[in-house]
Amino acid sequence: MHNGKKMTQNGFVTIIDYGMGNLHSVKNALDHLGIPCRVSDSPEDIKAADRLILPGVGAFPDAMAALKRNGLDKLIIKQCRNGKPLLGICLGMQLLFDESLEFGVTRGLGLIEGRVVPIDAHGLKIPHIGWNSLSINKKSPVIANLNDGAYVYFVHSFRADTASDNVIAYTHYGEDIPAVVGSCDLPVYGAQFHPEKSHDTGLSIISAFCAL
Amino acid sequence: MLAKRIIPCLDVKDGRVVKGVNFVDLRDAGDIVDNARYYNAQGADEVCFLDITATHEGRKTFATLVEKAACELFVPLTVGGGISSVDDFRTLLLAGADKVAVNSAAVVNPKLISDAAERFGSQCVVAAIDAKRVDTDADGKGIYHVFVHGGRKDTGIDAIEWASRLEALGAGEILLTTMDADGTRNGFDNDITGRVARNLNIPVIASGGAGKMEHFYDTFESGADAALAATLFHYREMEIRELKEYLKNRGVEVRI
Repeated sequence: MHNGKKMTQNGFVTIIDYGMGNLHSVKNALDHLGIPCRVSDSPEDIKAADRLILPGVGAFPDAMAALKRNGLDKLIIKQCRNGKPLLGICLGMQLLFDESLEFGVTRGLGLIEGRVVPIDAHGLKIPHIGWNSLSINKKSPVIANLNDGAYVYFVHSFRADTASDNVIAYTHYGEDIPAVVGSCDLPVYGAQFHPEKSHDTGLSIISAFCAL
Repeated sequence: MLAKRIIPCLDVKDGRVVKGVNFVDLRDAGDIVDNARYYNAQGADEVCFLDITATHEGRKTFATLVEKAACELFVPLTVGGGISSVDDFRTLLLAGADKVAVNSAAVVNPKLISDAAERFGSQCVVAAIDAKRVDTDADGKGIYHVFVHGGRKDTGIDAIEWASRLEALGAGEILLTTMDADGTRNGFDNDITGRVARNLNIPVIASGGAGKMEHFYDTFESGADAALAATLFHYREMEIRELKEYLKNRGVEVRI
């Protein structure tokens, strides 16, 4: 049914469990796609994995504190700098940037240049919740199966503020909001929306990431 | 721009999907997991399960079923029915629900809305209102009250003011069922739906009365952000795909 089922994936994905958010639905999406994965907070599982997914729901400072508590921040940065692919989802995407302005200034993982700022929705409702369409900004293997204008499911109040070079697709909600981001020199990607709740479009991004 | 959402809703009793007309007269009609799979494939933007089981045992069954249904859904899942505590929220969110709808319990204990919003975030708190037109004011506009206990008890609370209060308490969304319209297939009550939607800064889901495709168009025009229907989809009298094509052709932003 989904393209991902036909692709071959090597090895397995570790979905990083640091106590922030519902990991069940992310794991469910990978199970559905037939991609071997485990939910774990152990450094061994992060080191042994072929790919990492960093999910997350909640506030940026809490999430960074949780990653730091176990030293996972340094481990994730090291793994990514060594070339291991990582996909951040929602808050997990925001953590990839240098810093966030949510509840004061908090340093992030610094894997993609930029910062996280409040959405300026120009009078529209905040949070930005619901199905919104993507407009592709640049080519990337993670959106190989994606059509311009496809809808995905968002739930957020903050957004990335980053150079256009790091943005694979935008969505529009009062202003342009980076929806899919990617580092220019590392296989580090992020989705501001929830691919695991974005039907076939979301699943196609997960399967493309897992085929990198 | 955000797409208007179409939400099929299924009543669940003792682990089976049913649908009442005017909140009584239930008919048995299917398996919860099969239904989840079906609506996921059909293009539903969200799926809603409401548990109408009265017993404690039945409630435990519901959480197990939510977990199974969530495995088949790659769109958001809203569940509700008999939610009365933050623990109920937690159980259902852990089972894989994305949002939890609270109805009567919020009338008795409004703090439940703020407690749940603080603990889990407003995005997963759906405040449901069963409203019924009780009178007409001097300008000919309807006066609506909040009803509880499956629509049997008038609380005397003004439904439009109650919706604003729920927003202030931290609800992320309002599910507004108009009981006069429910089961009639004569269309959503866009008088109250429009007034609530204009008053609030959170999404409003119109519910009750859908019979034709144009009813969906009309309620979106009145300001609803989403529309929910049960019987119509449940008995396959309307296909979500066709409905969305129709709405798109009429210029409504929908996810196809």
